[in-house]
Amino acid sequence: MKAMGAVLRDGMRLAAAAALWLVAIGPVEAAEQRPWAEILVKARGQTVYWNAWGGDTRNNAYIAWVGEEVRRRYGVTLNHVKLNDTAEAVTRVVAEKAAGRGEGGSVDLIWINGANLTAMRTQSLLHGPFTQALPNFALVDTAGKPSTVVDFTRPVEGLASPWLMAQIVYVYDSARSKPADLPRSVPAMLDWAKRNPGRLTHPTASNFLGATFLKQALYELAPDPALLQQPASDAAFEAATRPLWTWYDAIRPHLWRQGREFPESGPALNQLLSDGEIDLAVSFNPAEAVLGIGSGQLPASARVISLEKGTIGNTSFVAIPYNAAHKEGAMVVANFLLEPEAQARAQDPEVIGLLSVLDTGKLDTAAKRLFETPTRNPAMPAPEELGQPLPEPHPTWMTRITAEWQKRTAR
Amino acid sequence: MLLRLAPVLTLALILAPVGAGLLGTLLPAFGILPALGRSEPSLDPWRALIATPGLSTSLWLTIGTGLGATAISFMLAVAFCASAADSRAMRRMERALPALLATPHVAVAIGLGFLIAPSGFVVRLLSPELTGWERPPDIATVKDPYGLSFMAGLVLKETPYLILMIASAGSQVPVRALLAASRAMGHAAPVAWLKVVLPQIYGQIRLPVYAVLAFSLSVVEVALILAPGTPPPLSVLAARWFAGYELDLYFPAAAAALLQVGVVLAGIGLWRGLEVGAAHLGSRIIERGGRGWRSAGIVQGAGLLAVLAGALAAAALLTLVLWAFTQEWRFPDAFPSAWSLAATGRLASAADTTGATVAIAALSALIAVALALGCLENEQRHGVRPGSRALWLLAVPLLLPQIAFVFGTQVVLVRIGLDGTLAAVVWAHLVFVLPYVFLSLADPYRALDPRFARIAAGLGAAPMRIFLAVKVPLLLKPILVAFAVGFAVSISLYLPTLFAGAGRISTLTTEAVTLASGADRRLVGATALAQTVLPLAVYALALLLPSWFRRMRGGMR
Repeated sequence: MKAMGAVLRDGMRLAAAAALWLVAIGPVEAAEQRPWAEILVKARGQTVYWNAWGGDTRNNAYIAWVGEEVRRRYGVTLNHVKLNDTAEAVTRVVAEKAAGRGEGGSVDLIWINGANLTAMRTQSLLHGPFTQALPNFALVDTAGKPSTVVDFTRPVEGLASPWLMAQIVYVYDSARSKPADLPRSVPAMLDWAKRNPGRLTHPTASNFLGATFLKQALYELAPDPALLQQPASDAAFEAATRPLWTWYDAIRPHLWRQGREFPESGPALNQLLSDGEIDLAVSFNPAEAVLGIGSGQLPASARVISLEKGTIGNTSFVAIPYNAAHKEGAMVVANFLLEPEAQARAQDPEVIGLLSVLDTGKLDTAAKRLFETPTRNPAMPAPEELGQPLPEPHPTWMTRITAEWQKRTAR
Repeated sequence: MLLRLAPVLTLALILAPVGAGLLGTLLPAFGILPALGRSEPSLDPWRALIATPGLSTSLWLTIGTGLGATAISFMLAVAFCASAADSRAMRRMERALPALLATPHVAVAIGLGFLIAPSGFVVRLLSPELTGWERPPDIATVKDPYGLSFMAGLVLKETPYLILMIASAGSQVPVRALLAASRAMGHAAPVAWLKVVLPQIYGQIRLPVYAVLAFSLSVVEVALILAPGTPPPLSVLAARWFAGYELDLYFPAAAAALLQVGVVLAGIGLWRGLEVGAAHLGSRIIERGGRGWRSAGIVQGAGLLAVLAGALAAAALLTLVLWAFTQEWRFPDAFPSAWSLAATGRLASAADTTGATVAIAALSALIAVALALGCLENEQRHGVRPGSRALWLLAVPLLLPQIAFVFGTQVVLVRIGLDGTLAAVVWAHLVFVLPYVFLSLADPYRALDPRFARIAAGLGAAPMRIFLAVKVPLLLKPILVAFAVGFAVSISLYLPTLFAGAGRISTLTTEAVTLASGADRRLVGATALAQTVLPLAVYALALLLPSWFRRMRGGMR
């Protein structure tokens, strides 16, 4: 009873003090300089809270496997904090900063890229640079896969460690649609939608994948795609996106639900495809069909197509908040994610199917063999079908597209 | 001595997080959040909120669905009680209703979505034979722009709740005698109930009705599943911003949360106005006389709709069961083509989540029962009955939108180093569990014949012994039922778990809502089913244990 009273008193006192939040934390970026051996020693016994989107059971299973491995190899316990939206973790770090918790924070590692990564960097919420301290970082294909070090046109500067590559594809059910009838370009999509009303949609633009659908359309429709690598100024945005909105205004009435309602996320979009409510679903994972078939969420006849002129690709990163309680453990996990064995496993279409960030040329023979797959799964597109990924536009484009889309679709 | 502290402690435990949380929303709503380097008050958050595209649609959607769902639930509940008052069906319902109440909103909402979607169970049963649909029709039956499916989801849960509240209020009025007298004078029973019983008990159901109204106007989790998303209801808008891409969105989020408080207060004010109007109109009708034979049919028809709502809720839960054991179920197959225990198996392997869910629910319900008993015993020993004002204070968490204080509460929890701990989640749950437990326990406790205690005291028993040896055994059933109510409330909480748990602690409810946004429908079904089965099991135990206990103690009746 007394203890409870004490807690309560403290609670009330602090509650009263909440009016006087005083936070004075300067820039916190500091390069990681300790030798790897020292980091390994400190990491042993730590529990790493990895905040990662938890809406996909396959990803969750992979993260659980990573947890088993790092416990076995390095004595690090991994705890997957399943998020609805990565921004929840950003919110939490901000709440901790608001409360003046400069160390011992509750988030150790975040699966992140794009706008969330930019937001955390702008608010100086990240630990590092730290990737130079990771032994496996040397294996990353920074030259052939520039998005491993440049995220949405912004150099990552070692503040986040690359994890996996993603590239846009479109999933369909070959039992219902013939691939020859499906659109292979953004303008063709409009004609196709007119012929097949209600059979196409995309996640809401406030969702990452929804904004990506629009970004891909922008890429093909913009008069000068090179401009997208610069921050979007008012004038540039107006000029570059005019054809996009003309196209969108034309296609929207022919979308699912007449373009008045949109699914919330990628999995919700796949559910619509699986239920037969739509015929074409955008995805950021070339192995989407293989995975969906494997888990029973998509019919065995699910396949993917790409677009003639190529599609946007990017890299997923992991980053460590400035106030993380277990930075060493988090670095050990980030390094393990770059382990050839972990990368090969993630690339396996039966597991996640996202492409590796490593340069196989830098690997020894044994490690190289891990990446050789004996037979190709018919639901998995060949690398030549995907082509070289197009670079992500500067994040300001996505932010503005999302805002403009919301304005245009608001009733 | 300790006992005298019980009411203070109870109120403080509830009101401190709410108050601190409100402050933590109020300040950013006016531009103050030092963490982001803002310490100057400004109206920019409100400007940003007002400039939000579709805000007026969000606002009208919120008001329309919230008031609509409450009004429909209230009318159905009243019509049902009027039609079935004092019948055997009613008494049987009273026993069965808590089971429906124990079912979390999220589970009912998910089940309803499975049921009525264009590719849902109903269409699958009828297609393609009766409808000719080889593909699902492009009709918005879920997440429709007017929020009808959202309202339906709320009505399915709120109607049984209000029926139970009316039934328990009715037990304090001589309903049977009143109706017998009315019948003897040639009045139709359902209408007589409306004229004679309802005016006497409305005062007691006012708080539950307002709680339903506040909940319907501000719920996030049901809206995420059934309400339209472009634009969403106000509460979802605020929740989205609190967890949004841009940190700058905290400010309009706080403003939206505050606006949500305004909407709820205005809603309650409007309802109060309607009450006055209805009372005025009602007394005119009563004075005019009339025996109500013509309107009785309408009342009974509406009562039947309440039964239909119950059937719909049951069907929604059945759909959950089907999905939970499905391997493959393609449109337009009426039933799954392959069954599997995989989803339920995967759920069982996520024992952490289930364990945390049970631990949090059991702890918060246990603490709530202990505090409620403390308050009630204190009241009897010292002869102090709390004024109605104290009772309304207790209900504050039920009347305020959760979104208005959960973010602020999270900041406070971080400050005292409690965020993401089991203790924090239990405390956050206690805020909502305690009022329900207290309200559930108060009436039976106060109704216990005081002569039992007097006799025991006459035999020389000390107050503590009277409490433990006489009152608790006699009141075992209501105490266990109160525990089960608290358990069920805790299981159903979404936002408080999300924020106080700092994402580290997930329960079946947070899992179900996360998964419902798309992932594997089979796993969603299994999770929602588990979320339903747990509180039901506890409720069944609460009913069974006392009779087992009675058999052990022989002579007690």
